Amino acid sequence: MALIKNGTVASDPYTDVADDAVLPAGPVIVSLQRFRAERDGLLARNTPVGVRLAPDQSPEALGGDLDRLPLVVLEFAKFRDGRPLSWARLLRTRLKFTGEIRATGDFLYDQIAFMVRVGFDAFELPASVTPALFQRALGEMTLVYQPSTDGKKTIRELRD
Amino acid sequence: MYRYDEFDARFVAERTEQFRFQVERRLKGELSEDQFKPFRLMNGLYLQLHAYMLRIAVPYGTLSAPQLRMLAHIARKYDRGYGHFTTRQNLQFNWPKLKDVPDILAELATVEMHAIQTSGNCVRNVTSDHFAGADAEEVEDPRPVAELIRQWSSLHPEFSFLGRKFKIAVTASGHDRTALRYHDAGVEIVKNSDGRVGYRIYVGGGMGRTPYLSYVVAEFIEKPDLLAYLEAILRVFNESGRRDNIYKARIKILAHTLGVTAMRDRIEREFAEIKAAGTLEVPEKECARIEAYFAPPAFADLPETALPTGGALGDWVTSNTHPHRVRGYTIVTISLKPIGGVPGDASHEQLDGLAALLDDFSLGELRVSHEQNLVLPHVRIKDLPALHERLTALGLATPNAGLITDLICCPGLDYCDLANARSITIAQEISKRFADGARQHEIGDLKIKISGCVNACGHHHAGHIGILGVDKKGVEYYQLLIGGSAAEDASIGEILGPGFGEHEIADAVERVVDAYLKLRQPGERFLETSRRLGLEPFRTAAYGEQRDGAD
Amino acid sequence: MLTANRLIDGTVLYWRGGGWVETLGEADVFAEPQTADAALAAAKDFVTRNVVVNPYLFEVKDGRPVAEREIIRAAGPSVRRDLGKQADV
Ligand code: HEM
Ligand code: SF4
Repeated sequence: MALIKNGTVASDPYTDVADDAVLPAGPVIVSLQRFRAERDGLLARNTPVGVRLAPDQSPEALGGDLDRLPLVVLEFAKFRDGRPLSWARLLRTRLKFTGEIRATGDFLYDQIAFMVRVGFDAFELPASVTPALFQRALGEMTLVYQPSTDGKKTIRELRD
Repeated sequence: MYRYDEFDARFVAERTEQFRFQVERRLKGELSEDQFKPFRLMNGLYLQLHAYMLRIAVPYGTLSAPQLRMLAHIARKYDRGYGHFTTRQNLQFNWPKLKDVPDILAELATVEMHAIQTSGNCVRNVTSDHFAGADAEEVEDPRPVAELIRQWSSLHPEFSFLGRKFKIAVTASGHDRTALRYHDAGVEIVKNSDGRVGYRIYVGGGMGRTPYLSYVVAEFIEKPDLLAYLEAILRVFNESGRRDNIYKARIKILAHTLGVTAMRDRIEREFAEIKAAGTLEVPEKECARIEAYFAPPAFADLPETALPTGGALGDWVTSNTHPHRVRGYTIVTISLKPIGGVPGDASHEQLDGLAALLDDFSLGELRVSHEQNLVLPHVRIKDLPALHERLTALGLATPNAGLITDLICCPGLDYCDLANARSITIAQEISKRFADGARQHEIGDLKIKISGCVNACGHHHAGHIGILGVDKKGVEYYQLLIGGSAAEDASIGEILGPGFGEHEIADAVERVVDAYLKLRQPGERFLETSRRLGLEPFRTAAYGEQRDGAD
Repeated sequence: MLTANRLIDGTVLYWRGGGWVETLGEADVFAEPQTADAALAAAKDFVTRNVVVNPYLFEVKDGRPVAEREIIRAAGPSVRRDLGKQADV
């Protein structure tokens, strides 16, 4: 599985850790439940911690800890469930999160352009999407009507 | 009407190519049907009982002659020579081939049409008043606002995978012709006490299995803030709407579970932030740019003209015209409900025939109404006889607009994969029963609305008399509902009792109507009589002696 | 009996002897639930190969579908006798 970060293939320093697994050394990704249970220990490790949120978990649950987290992973349980699109947007606007927002799980080629627009900057690509397809996805629609967190000029702005 | 600039045109062209790639991948097997389905729906493509079905948007219900000709052309070239106008200002083709759909969309794009978001769990094509720009009462033309919303909602990056569909209607008239309160969100253009124009916003309406009327969440939203407010509503819905049960996933359930206060608080919180960011503010310049396209056409300065009376022409004028705001003009409704015909269907000859008379008779414009009729918004009163003759030749001069045979009806089991029972056959039977013009005028304003299943595409909850098809062990049955309305006096109809068989339902409707004629007070519409007297007299009439046996 | 829609154009199809035909009259009637289930399992292969979508079984009695839905599907809209399969015969 390829990881794309800021538009290019990147290596992944993180280990995604199951709730009942022993924490390995180095950067880890844990669920919100585990983060809550072991928060102090995780933050004291002095190595990057990312938190994985299920589609029904708002990033507001991370509260004041967000500025100590370099990574939030938003999980697509079913590609049809678009809640992570709002969570990403929320992270970038109200919560002013500047770290990595990574997509994992069941999402499709056809959703990638939307995801980039709302603030995702890293993608654990599903098997059906090659890095070349990833690039193609971004070029399908060159024009947009809505302002979003990607700062892309809207059609209205282009009209001015 | 609105004209695409280079950006709108490129947007639709790119969207068509995007869909072409999706179809290609589906045919090659790179997308499974489960994966493809949400994407084809977002482009209006269903798989129905017999074939695919393509739903094309008629944005806020306005069509030009070239667009009509294109629809006729598509009906001939890719379909079976006809289309079906729905209750949502859409046109459906019932027989397209999947492999042809990208080409159909490309052809549509040449006349600034598309199928974007006519289905799927996204913000659907926005609907508006079919008398917009012609009605004497409206605050202002609602179509520029509808166009603004269309652009904002097209391929919205955050709101294209909602828990369920989201329908928005816009009206600017005290007489609601959009079924506003049955929409997920409604925008009513109003003037505040200072005479400023703004928007009253409704949330939480819907039909389907559990019907709800929407409530007001904001009394007055300023013009520049409209999109920010709608974005706030959509965000609350996307984050908090239920996803565990498709029958509970619409915003109506969230809105009525939270209640107006909590709902408003949630929306206001998002709204405050979006507004503060400022990026969604609608600049006056953009409003003006869009409004300019909807500037009133060049009306002639005509003398006061009396409507023609007498004969077939007079009957048609009485039921099918509506006062226009400009002297010497009138609004003409073209009924798509010929007696015994299929409600909402139009043949390619009719579409072409209409295109040929638009310039001469209606300043180039046609409208599509949510009652499955067409409207010529700007007709000179003195042209009515000539127009009537032309429409008669096209089979489009049925004199029944607003009368009992002007029924709304979904495709039902004759086309629809989800249906429990046929609805068109019932509509045809009722239409024949009440064919007599004098009887129809005697009955007056009575709206019958028929759906073939609980999804309520035929608005049965909102019918003065509603009919709902159900399936009982493989046999078609029909429930009768009384007292619904989709207008400014909106209400949800109540079920009268056990269902009727296929051959009993028209009789039951006739008995209910006869009871009304006996019970009404002078000047009272069916709806008012039923509200005054309740269900009981109609129940007695409908079931009569065989009350226990009807089930 | 067993029906599905052809992916590329949506045409209604019926199962006969390991493949598909376009009219109900030519199609196999399964007397036993086991043969019906076996046919459905075989049809799933056509789904995987992206030839058809949505295969399912329905009940017939004396060669005629029991449900109104299947009668209409096999013939075409009952309100437009000039359309659908009924128009071709
Ligand atoms: C023939 C194919 C059609 C299919 C498969 C279909 C499917 C559906 C479904 C599943 C719903 C319920 C959605 C929900 O409650 O969340 C619905 C609602 C609706 N449909 Fe259709 N529909 C079809 C045709 C039509 C037609 C022809 C019309 C117009 C005559 C129409 C207009 C509507 C309207 C107005 C609603 C009610 C919206 C609401 O629940 O508030 N549909 N449709
Ligand atoms: S109400 Fe039911 S039967 Fe009628 S079109 Fe909608 S889904 Fe089909």
